Amino acid sequence: MIEVTALTVRFAGVTPIDDVSVVFPGGTCGLIGPNGAGKTTFFNVLSGFVRPAAGTVTAFGENLLKMADYRRARWGLRRTFQTEMAVEQLSIFDNVAMIHEHSGAKRSARRDDVLSAIEFVGLNANPSSKVGRLGARERRLVEVARAVVGRPRVVLLDEPAAGLPDEETGHLSAVIKQIPERYGALVILVDHDMALVSACCETTAVLDFGKLIASGPTAEVLRNEHVIRAYLGTEEEL
Amino acid sequence: MSPLSAYLQRGVAVRATVAVALLAVALFVLPHTAGADWITTFTSVAIYSVVALGFGILYGRVGMISLGQVALLTIGCWIGTRFAYATSLPFPFLLLLAGGITCVIGVLVGLPALRLSGLYLALITLMFAGATTVFLSVNDFPSGNNGFLGKASTGALTTSTPPVRRPSWAVADVAYYRYTVIVCAILFLLALVHVSTKPGRAWATIRESEPAAIAAGVNITLYKLWAFALASFVTGVAGCLLAAQVGVPRAITFQTQDSLTLAATALIGGIFSIWGAILAGVFNQLLPFLFQAQWGLNPNFLLIIFGAGLLQVLLTAPGGLVDQFPKDMASLARLIFSGFRKLPRARGTEK
Repeated sequence: MIEVTALTVRFAGVTPIDDVSVVFPGGTCGLIGPNGAGKTTFFNVLSGFVRPAAGTVTAFGENLLKMADYRRARWGLRRTFQTEMAVEQLSIFDNVAMIHEHSGAKRSARRDDVLSAIEFVGLNANPSSKVGRLGARERRLVEVARAVVGRPRVVLLDEPAAGLPDEETGHLSAVIKQIPERYGALVILVDHDMALVSACCETTAVLDFGKLIASGPTAEVLRNEHVIRAYLGTEEEL
Repeated sequence: MSPLSAYLQRGVAVRATVAVALLAVALFVLPHTAGADWITTFTSVAIYSVVALGFGILYGRVGMISLGQVALLTIGCWIGTRFAYATSLPFPFLLLLAGGITCVIGVLVGLPALRLSGLYLALITLMFAGATTVFLSVNDFPSGNNGFLGKASTGALTTSTPPVRRPSWAVADVAYYRYTVIVCAILFLLALVHVSTKPGRAWATIRESEPAAIAAGVNITLYKLWAFALASFVTGVAGCLLAAQVGVPRAITFQTQDSLTLAATALIGGIFSIWGAILAGVFNQLLPFLFQAQWGLNPNFLLIIFGAGLLQVLLTAPGGLVDQFPKDMASLARLIFSGFRKLPRARGTEK
């Protein structure tokens, strides 16, 4: 469980996250909102790239904000980025193994853990082939494998389906849904693909202009009129 | 997963065989076929390929551009000379001392790299190279006297200045060439072990993206300084090897621009590959020798060739010659084979 209390982030003159309090109970949780709502900034707070002006983030009883940024991976925080960040120079195996190396997981289990993560995401490629030679879909899967290897506790997925055609999003959705059960991790999924969010997430929180406008079971949240208004706009605003 | 391990082992086996074969040629064939001046040049090739290796680790692996690598070589050379005169330590200890102290200096130079990157880091390291040149032009190399600088009070080197000693069993040029090749091979092995294990993977991740590396749990400060430490250590050891090779090193032979030429040749050879560093050593030392001593050409023409080569690398072949040459050969082979295949078919249609 992740508890966010009164979180506020300010950049000179802009408040991308404004007094947000929200709870991510477990399983796969969606985080949605129009462009500029503060979703990625929220991920950056969790990763330690952005220091909040106020508020606390407690993950499984521990104060996440107190940890040095690079130590959060060892604690069990994993994330993917909007732009794909698998390391082109390294092989698929090494890409996943390097996360395992810095996760604090047992060295003797590395080979098995890495290969099982690659198998888990359904990547049918030679693990020793360089990531630079893979296509967009396969790179996305390598990133998901990187996100689940080495005892993850919280997995942040930032638009994992961006740029993928529908049938491949279907496969990705099946993989994401299995993460909590298989690895015992809490997943927070940011995406604009509502089909993906409804398929994967039991609960969803919605941000708009840095404020939390709804949170709860996904189906209810997506029917919420504030949410519909945030996405489609209203006549008054026009 | 046996296909993976089979593939990995086959790749490693092929590369190891090529490396051992090259080493055998360097150790046993070249000394018998090459003349004395060639052997001296090959010794320099080995030494400068280690410097290029250091540049390749920093830029090719971590993405930090350092234009002060020949300055670190000079410092290793200076420290080696100083300790050779001051102590009677066995030669391998001189190598380790020179490497160790250069490593500390290199890490200090690398500290700005934690905040700066790209052009700014390049400028800082180039200024460091300039400062080293200034220090040397004032103080020159030690010449066997006392004091921190170990310099004769008159300041001038004389013909009585004893040369820096070589290992007792490698005093002759050919023996010292073999010694140098073996030490350089060990340094290459050290780099290879780093690159193919945890630090190498962490460096590749930093090069790809620093935020992604932090999110992956990589302590960026530690691994960047580690890269500077490794690159400076191997360069310092190479500097000590150079001191004993030239015997009496002189400040005039080390110029700031050497660091730039080295960066150019390292890029032309290929910074992403360990093999590229060897090629860079050949470009940096063998070509000037060929131009000057063998062909009677002005070695300054080389700067034009390096400039053109650098442009070619930056524009079309980021992996350098070591990456591009096999690709070009493969294309050439395909071209020839497709030509052959067309011939019989053409005859067949005639019938």
